[in-house]
Amino acid sequence: MAGLKEIRSQIGSIQNTKKITKAMEMVAASKMRRAKERMQESRPYADKMRQVVGHLANGHLEYKHPYTVEREDVKRVGYIIISSDRGLCGGLNGNLFKKAFQDIAKWKEQNVEIDIAVLGGKALSAFRRYGVVAENTQLGDKPSLTDIIGTIKVMLDAYEEGRIDRLFLVENKFVNSMTQSPQVTQLIPVVASESEDDVQTHWDYLYEPESEVVIDKLMTRYIESLVYQGVVENIACEMSARMVAMKSASDNAGNIINDLKLAYNKARQASITQEISEIVSGAAAVG
Amino acid sequence: MATTIRLDVVSAEGELFSGHVQEVSVPGEMGSMGILPNHSQLIATLKPGELNYKTSDGVSSLFVAGGIVEVQPTIVTVLADSAVRAEDLDEAAAADAIQGAEDALAGKDPEDMDYAAIQAELDAAKAQMEMIHRIGKTLRS
Repeated sequence: MAGLKEIRSQIGSIQNTKKITKAMEMVAASKMRRAKERMQESRPYADKMRQVVGHLANGHLEYKHPYTVEREDVKRVGYIIISSDRGLCGGLNGNLFKKAFQDIAKWKEQNVEIDIAVLGGKALSAFRRYGVVAENTQLGDKPSLTDIIGTIKVMLDAYEEGRIDRLFLVENKFVNSMTQSPQVTQLIPVVASESEDDVQTHWDYLYEPESEVVIDKLMTRYIESLVYQGVVENIACEMSARMVAMKSASDNAGNIINDLKLAYNKARQASITQEISEIVSGAAAVG
Repeated sequence: MATTIRLDVVSAEGELFSGHVQEVSVPGEMGSMGILPNHSQLIATLKPGELNYKTSDGVSSLFVAGGIVEVQPTIVTVLADSAVRAEDLDEAAAADAIQGAEDALAGKDPEDMDYAAIQAELDAAKAQMEMIHRIGKTLRS
């Protein structure tokens, strides 16, 4: 049996760990609330954007933007992967990367090459060996669109110049505080949305100014808003995943402390019993 | 015959208005445009300016700093770069923004990368100021 002193120091160190995990849990909980608010504020914009681009894909337009044209021969595909900068958030990044690796492996089987852009430190270290062409890390809790535009532009330029033929976004969707689901969605070519009830296919827009100017502007904003939404959502995911992970770490620390206390008390009782029996038998020998 | 049209005004910072309106006018790049129900499909870029909509409760205004408007016969969607409700407009802040942008422009070469961005900022601030004066708002400070 371990000595009393060792058990005591073990309890002490686990209590310290528990204090840390508890503090991280509370910090994550308060950051999660703010991150969720931010996510909800920018969500309508991304939703409306998706709706408008969906209308666009259903219409019969005079100008076909490159992002809406499907290329038949796919030689190289691009990925934008959004992860957190820091760890200690459970399986959040691990699950996301697993999903991305599976998707990448499918392309590799067809001899398609991969370009990767990452947003977030964890993804950078995980995907470095695949050839990262653009990266941006340390976005913080309040990312601004200007921070991520550069990375997006690298991938959009690559598509326009024909270096990549498809672009995917790998992100975590915030379902609720307990669940986050990793997702791979195709950004370009733009996928037509589910057609709505009254579909008229033979119309075109009136444009002001020319069609190209308006559609180009819209498309760039569309991609940017989707990626931005992904980043904002990832922060909410990170905070809630960390909160849950740290809560269970604190609970586990509590359980271990209880077990150790029990062992400590048993050991203490055993040594007292032993001492008493030594004294009694000593007294008996003298008497 | 529908007498109202659904209007959604969203900016990256949040949703500003969502509901049915009788008429809406938006600050198009080529001039202000009025949109009534059953308008044909239209897509246009916006310049900084005033957006008005008429509901059964009267006319309300918003300030939008550029963006895109998409019109479908039953829905108008305004994707604003940034938008403020008219009653939240702040003259002092707008004046500061104009001053700041002018100072930034003064020492710059027009070829500079940032020049266009600051110019756009200045235009937005000026448009905001114009709107404040039109709706006759007094300085809060």
